[in-house]
Amino acid sequence: MSRIEACFNAIKEQNKKALIPFITAGDPSTDISLDLMHELAAAGADIIELGIPFSDPMADGPVIQRASERALLKGTNSDDVFDIVKEFRKRNDTTPIVLMGYLNPIEVMGYTKFAEKAANAGVDGLIIVDSPPEESEELLTALKPYGIDQIFLISPTTRDERIDKICEVASGFLYYVSLKGVTGSKQLDVDAVSKKVNQIRSKTSLAIGVGFGIKDAHTAEAVGRVSDAVVVGSALVERIAEHAEDSEKMKKEISSFIGSLRNALDSL
Amino acid sequence: MPEAIKNTNTESLKSMPDERGHFGPYGGRFVSETLMGPLEELEEAYKKYLNDPEFMAEYEYELKHYVGRPSPLYHAKRWSEELGGAQIYLKREDLNHTGAHKVNNTVGQALLAKRMGKRRIIAETGAGQHGVATATVAARYGMECIVYMGAEDIKRQAINVYRMKLLGATVIPVEAGSKTLKDALNEAMRDWVTNVDDTFYIIGTVAGPHPYPAMVRDFNAIVGREAREQCQEQTGRLPDSIIACIGGGSNAIGLFHTFLDDKEVAIYGVEAAGDGIETGRHAAPLNAGQVGVLHGNRTYLVEDSYGQIIETHSISAGLDYPGVGPEHAWLKDIGRVKYVSATDDEALKAFHDLTLIEGIIPALESSHALAYTSKLAPEMDKDAIIITNLSGRGDKDIHTVASLEGITV
Repeated sequence: MSRIEACFNAIKEQNKKALIPFITAGDPSTDISLDLMHELAAAGADIIELGIPFSDPMADGPVIQRASERALLKGTNSDDVFDIVKEFRKRNDTTPIVLMGYLNPIEVMGYTKFAEKAANAGVDGLIIVDSPPEESEELLTALKPYGIDQIFLISPTTRDERIDKICEVASGFLYYVSLKGVTGSKQLDVDAVSKKVNQIRSKTSLAIGVGFGIKDAHTAEAVGRVSDAVVVGSALVERIAEHAEDSEKMKKEISSFIGSLRNALDSL
Repeated sequence: MPEAIKNTNTESLKSMPDERGHFGPYGGRFVSETLMGPLEELEEAYKKYLNDPEFMAEYEYELKHYVGRPSPLYHAKRWSEELGGAQIYLKREDLNHTGAHKVNNTVGQALLAKRMGKRRIIAETGAGQHGVATATVAARYGMECIVYMGAEDIKRQAINVYRMKLLGATVIPVEAGSKTLKDALNEAMRDWVTNVDDTFYIIGTVAGPHPYPAMVRDFNAIVGREAREQCQEQTGRLPDSIIACIGGGSNAIGLFHTFLDDKEVAIYGVEAAGDGIETGRHAAPLNAGQVGVLHGNRTYLVEDSYGQIIETHSISAGLDYPGVGPEHAWLKDIGRVKYVSATDDEALKAFHDLTLIEGIIPALESSHALAYTSKLAPEMDKDAIIITNLSGRGDKDIHTVASLEGITV
């Protein structure tokens, strides 16, 4: 059984909601990213999304764009991202790691080589924002022998027949983008999210995570009520940026923030 | 009706892309899920209206009476004589309203936006030419217009920024990344993904997700159709060579497309070599890039070994882009078009030569095509014919050229 599958089985058994924090690899440094991942797991993260920095992050708002820029300025590349995961796995062999990013760094490395390196490092899934099912044949084929899930997104503009198509190729879990917009946007409409999540639920047995626009315990709780998992990115990355100069304070802040989301979800 | 739509003969090089927007391995639709639905909707509208006689009649009316088409095919006799070889004919896209080929496309897309009931127009711009062409049609059709422009480019192109403001557009500076065209495109995509219900994104070049590369080509293909006809009228035959500059590649594909099946016509696309390809400071993905995915399509890119996009360099802001339209990537691989390059210095020399010898001030973008023309023409017979796309006029570049000579205008 894959780590992601085991994770969602456990969540279901305990009648819990999964908490999925996102950080950008290499922001503010690869060492601190590794420390933060352990902090996240200890504070109650069920799955960790690790961003592969990219020069042109078209689907991201300013907060995650700047995180990408900071990581690239430090010279963080795809191999560094694999190294972080490899190090993480030395002390944690259960928390699933999902890499999130854009297709070009994978194109350039080569699909098979990327899949092989990701598997060796201990990566469990991939979310590639600009690779919809129509363009993912090659990537899916490369990932399959390594048991790495490609996690697809569904958005408010996804028509009914497309949801079917996406559910057909998806594995791991489904990621519902809660709003039209980029990461870190503000206008979250929980009723609309609930409606769409139920529509998706009628078509698949996969767990459904919801991301974009979740910024605190209150929004996490509201979204947790209608989904299986809650993804939080910009709000976390913002806190990392705020304490870039003091990594001890940063870790404390991150740990208490994730703890507050964990409590909110566990109160459901 | 554009030939790309009409043609169903699969033997023809003009039948691309396939129904999923691929030109061989290139093109496609690499975007976030939120844009997949809107792109399908756009594709449906584009296919419907480009086969709709009423729509096409309105488009052609606007091109004739508002843009000023057909643009002349001008025999540059003095320059041809000076170079001592082939006869050079210039396709005068510089004489269009707003001063470049860009308006052919913005008129088409704005009419499409109107048909689709979208009243808010967004666009990206580098040098400001596409921004001006978009602001112009938005004014003409009474639409709200937002133009994204890199903060660096805004500094370099103050006149075009003011021109867009006069036309009623809002120009939004983009501070992210390298603060140039590619970042403006990212930002326009972010706007579109947020305001997708009422917004039409007018992309200015033959890049972006399907159907943009095909649609922008079809709206520019009028350039080649006119040139082919005018050449036959004036000389009784087809040209031996045709030449255009390539940034994203919209003026080039506009000229090339009609000629793709004319095997006897040699086709040359000229990329910006900046300080020289060997210096690494260039904007020549077809000559010195590798394949990747950016801005919704697979194509050749200027990027590093980990797939991060590298800042490009060219004296011409309109060519200063790390990617290139996917159809060009395909035409390169199959060998139908030869992609060459011209440096900043070569383009500048051609800029001055054409100005002094023919009394035509060319855009710095078009000057790259002229630079290669001046290399090729002397190697050809005197009765050979070259058509070069003079894609824009150079008024906007006067400050750039003057400052290189230490003159403040």
